Amino acid sequence: MKPLVAVAPGTRVVLGVSFFVLFVAVWAAVTFGGLVPKIFLADPLQMLRSGWVLLTQMGFAHDIGMTLWRVVGGFVLAALLALPLGILMGAYKPIEAFFEPFVSFARYLPASAFIPLLILWVGIGEAQKLAVIFIGSFFQLVLMIAVIVGNTRRDLVEAAYTLGSSDASLVRRVLIPGAAPDIAETLRMVLGWAWTYVIVAELIGASSGIGHMITDSQALLATDQIIFGIIVIGLIGLVSDLLFKWLNRRLFPWAQLGR
Amino acid sequence: MNKTILQARGVERRFDATLALQATDLDVAENDFITILGPSGCGKSTLLRIVAGLDRQTAGEVMLDGRRIDGPGADRGMVFQSYTLFPWLTVLDNVCFGLRERGLPRDQQLDIAHSFLLKVGLKGFASHYPKQLSGGMQQRTALARALANTPRMLLMDEPFGALDHQTRELMQELLQGIWEAEQKTVLFVTHDIDEAVFMGTRVVVMSARPGRIKLDRVVPLAHPRHYAVKTTPAFMALKAELTEAVREEVLAAQRASEATSGAAPP
Repeated sequence: MKPLVAVAPGTRVVLGVSFFVLFVAVWAAVTFGGLVPKIFLADPLQMLRSGWVLLTQMGFAHDIGMTLWRVVGGFVLAALLALPLGILMGAYKPIEAFFEPFVSFARYLPASAFIPLLILWVGIGEAQKLAVIFIGSFFQLVLMIAVIVGNTRRDLVEAAYTLGSSDASLVRRVLIPGAAPDIAETLRMVLGWAWTYVIVAELIGASSGIGHMITDSQALLATDQIIFGIIVIGLIGLVSDLLFKWLNRRLFPWAQLGR
Repeated sequence: MNKTILQARGVERRFDATLALQATDLDVAENDFITILGPSGCGKSTLLRIVAGLDRQTAGEVMLDGRRIDGPGADRGMVFQSYTLFPWLTVLDNVCFGLRERGLPRDQQLDIAHSFLLKVGLKGFASHYPKQLSGGMQQRTALARALANTPRMLLMDEPFGALDHQTRELMQELLQGIWEAEQKTVLFVTHDIDEAVFMGTRVVVMSARPGRIKLDRVVPLAHPRHYAVKTTPAFMALKAELTEAVREEVLAAQRASEATSGAAPP
């Protein structure tokens, strides 16, 4: 191995898969080998069996659907508002000066700490779940988008002006398209964070969702179900991440060049 | 002598306490190709950026066709030393950029862009992205993009400075040919004396900081110019004079920076 030298695509897949295999092997060894009592950690086969029961007999697919809708709903809402505000803040310094200190403060407010307050305000319905995700992702998105747009290469800005761009067309034709790939990358990252907020929101005052199933299973000491739930979250996260990456590559082929 | 189109009168630029450019006068006539030479930090780029409207003078004024310059505009096309093609646009759309700003219909944009890509020898690269091109090809595209706008003046800030020697010489010939054919007015900043003489109809030498025009010479070489002109006696004589003048200023700049850095370790 040499530092920073790339690895062949095939080898990359093999290496990536082998750690999953190793992980499951260690898990199987400690559970089947009796090193850990079943009550604390179910073995992989038990986990799969109860996962099957969850999906076929206990309506877990509906829980997954609810959780998905909450994440996507809250995240899309946050993104729709964060995009224009972030772009305006990045482009126009007085707007940034007005919002930036508050947004910087607000992004350190832990979204989960708002749950009791949100329950008080909007009850324990869907609005509360969406609000948690919104609070958790909106402020982060705004700041990161503003920084990306604000970092537009100054020489590109000057080139646009010497080609006759007005201020408005500079924003539309230089700042936004130049920042787009990095913004898409930021959306991908923050979507990952949104997944942690949704589960927290569902641990308290929910009647459906993956987080709700996990809390229920805790009362029954059903570690197999809890682990299955966690793995489902991980898998959905992985799939959405891959989808996002694929979409970004399709939308911004130029950003992949020379990487 | 052609009609004067650009007039700089008493143009001065201060950055806080330092005077970068001292009251400078410069007249540029239609169809002039003026090269500006000088040590780094002499204010030659500052002067060019003031003409472009990207920097603002602290005193004096610059007039283009009798109108005061107070900001950048499409009438002064610029080619920068850094690669400033928009990386998200293809070569063709980069060249169309200014035409689209002017609101030209798409088919006219394409006609103009294709004709300029042909002139800079990039006919087959219209659908490439800038990152797929070499440095020389990127600068040729940048030149086509600036020319497509049919600017009154072309401003070039060490456009070939980042290129290797061979590419640079080919670019000089290409630009020379385009200038001869298009009859453009050019202001061209460089620190390469050969380049300044080969390209220019007039060479201006600027002094070390604070920058001012120290020498202004007409280049006594006929057009069209062939690269072999670089070995003729007339070329060599002017080059020798300019080399002396620039060297003096480089040494002066060095002394000044040593004086300000004081007891800094060697």
